[in-house]
Amino acid sequence: MRIFAYFRKDFFRFDVYKPIIMFQKENKINYTNVQTFILVTLRVLMGWYFLYEGIVKIANPDWSSFGYLMDSKGPVAGMFHAMAANANVVVAADWLNMWGLALIGIGLMLGIFSRLAAFFGILLLVFYYLSHPPLASLTYVMPQEGTYLIVNKTLIEIFAMAVLLVFPTGHIAGLDRYFSKMIKKK
Amino acid sequence: MKNDNSKNDIPASSNTNPHTIGRRDIIKGLATVPVLGAFSYAWLKKNKIDESIRSQMREVVSLTSQPVELAPAASGDPIRVGIIGFGIRGKQLMRAAGFPEPSWIDEQIKAHAENKQNTNYESYMEQEQLNIVVNGVCDIFSVYSREAALTASNVNREGTSGKMGKEPKQYKTYTELLDAPDIDAVIIAAPDHWHATMAIEAAKRGKHVYCEKPVSWMVPETFELVKTVKEKGIVFQLGHQGRQTESYTKAREAIQKNVLGKINLIEVCTNRNDPNGAWVYDIHPEANPSTIDWAQFIGPAPFHEFSLERFFRWRCWWDYSTGLNGDLLTHEYDAINQILELGIPGSVASSGGIYFFKDGRTVPDVLQVVMEFPKQELSFLYSATLASNRSRGKVIMGHDANMEISDRLVIKADPESTQYKTKIEEGLIDPNTPIYSFTPGKKGADGFATATEQYFASRGLLYTYRNGKRVDTTHLHIKEWLNCIRAGIQPSCNIDKAFEEGISAHMSTKALLENRKVFWDPDKLEIV
Repeated sequence: MRIFAYFRKDFFRFDVYKPIIMFQKENKINYTNVQTFILVTLRVLMGWYFLYEGIVKIANPDWSSFGYLMDSKGPVAGMFHAMAANANVVVAADWLNMWGLALIGIGLMLGIFSRLAAFFGILLLVFYYLSHPPLASLTYVMPQEGTYLIVNKTLIEIFAMAVLLVFPTGHIAGLDRYFSKMIKKK
Repeated sequence: MKNDNSKNDIPASSNTNPHTIGRRDIIKGLATVPVLGAFSYAWLKKNKIDESIRSQMREVVSLTSQPVELAPAASGDPIRVGIIGFGIRGKQLMRAAGFPEPSWIDEQIKAHAENKQNTNYESYMEQEQLNIVVNGVCDIFSVYSREAALTASNVNREGTSGKMGKEPKQYKTYTELLDAPDIDAVIIAAPDHWHATMAIEAAKRGKHVYCEKPVSWMVPETFELVKTVKEKGIVFQLGHQGRQTESYTKAREAIQKNVLGKINLIEVCTNRNDPNGAWVYDIHPEANPSTIDWAQFIGPAPFHEFSLERFFRWRCWWDYSTGLNGDLLTHEYDAINQILELGIPGSVASSGGIYFFKDGRTVPDVLQVVMEFPKQELSFLYSATLASNRSRGKVIMGHDANMEISDRLVIKADPESTQYKTKIEEGLIDPNTPIYSFTPGKKGADGFATATEQYFASRGLLYTYRNGKRVDTTHLHIKEWLNCIRAGIQPSCNIDKAFEEGISAHMSTKALLENRKVFWDPDKLEIV
């Protein structure tokens, strides 16, 4: 039953006010050098990936989430279509995607607010997955680079991001190291 | 991962005082910052490469023309308009002019309530007011006549429960409407066999004319109309709303800049596959000999006894119609004439048949027309079917590149091009990727789009629907006509363009019906 307690207590504890180091101590997580290296590398790669997706959108004056939302299919497509129908929601979605992706990317890459970044990263990825679920019966306007069934790149990214959420490294190699110390000082 | 003595247990290992930030902390805290530096470097480098490709491509194709933005409708005295014909097209024209049927407004509100993505109502209500008043309506079917009057009184664009304005006079005949002193201009949306006759009568009375296409039903009346319009100096606009399409302006500029090289073949098409598209329109339940002025319907056409099919589906009979030639070839021809200034073809051949709609019609449902333009040294091929929806585009083919035109514009280089030979060899131009693509409403104006953007745009999922704003080209076309009336100038689809359109369509019909190639004699102004 310990696992449930863990999820209940700590899984969603992504807030910056709680030093990552305490989270790590309470959960008795300590890494070997190899583990640290791999986790930090995963974090930096995910950061690069998100930051680039964000920057590309920010740099393109014509980028809009509209087409992507309209292309949504599957059980919850109605929600995404409704979002696309409302011009204000589209503007908000555009903004959240552009800056959200970039900030999450920077957070992961530099290890600053890295658990918060991972949490919002998961949130965005869940939206992407739900809007374009790779179900047997669905085809999309958007070109896909592979063939997928239920499990696709986005779903795997969600869990890669979840790894970063529960095995944080920002306090080891990242700017969170200063934060965790400063907050603990108080 | 539960080794309590890990080296990364910071308080124990990083420095002696767990609460101060030491040198080691600074180094470890900044450990991944160089990656951001590498990212920035890679990003800038990529941008530089992209920009260098773009600037080289801009040297190949650079289209700078902007669509002519029509001036807002003038304030002051409204133009007093009359409408002749309130069938399917008449209703659309009235809507485009700012007067929707109340029941149509109800439908749009309902459609939006059922499906929030349907923003027709919202965009319609945003359509500019054109400062006109409808003082007279005429339709020879009494139900349509009443509907036209009600619609013309719908000045506030309300639904059936809304407050209407003053209803205009309903005229029994078009001549009475044209005689009315409180009408300055008329919109003609009667069947084809009436177009020129009505337009001539209107011009004789000094009334400005917006006439639906085709300009005429027979050859001689075409000449008479041109003469009358020019003599009277009225403002004449033919109803090819494609004149307002932004991508056509870009296409014209690209051709003027010789992007396509020597143009030798133009292919345009009509592809429809439903009864409505094949002119099998609904028959109104209240229609009968007492509600329809049959004699006036026949007019210049050969006599035929009363027929509801002929009244509502007149496009299916040569007696009233100009077939695919007048109805749909003309739109395609005018689009190309606008882009290339083709003028009247040197010769026309045509063939086709009634292959699918065996409903007693006399006009073909499958048609091919080949026009030769010896002066420009090119062929214009029109191919139409009303019984297959397979999409075929509007394509202009040149030695160096080809151009596909819709709302969008896509130009691709030819692999065997002379003009682009070096650039293709250098790998700068890929014949499979557009060297230029234009999508209306796109902010970045340099004609390059990412693959994803192109996918979305080709399916109408980009820009055009953005913020629910899509301007109706028919609205713009009517607006241009009204602006020209106010300014005393001629519009884009003026009587000269109308003449070229009319003669080209008549040559096609003649070639089809006489089963021979027909020629245009530019000296005698005769089809031979």
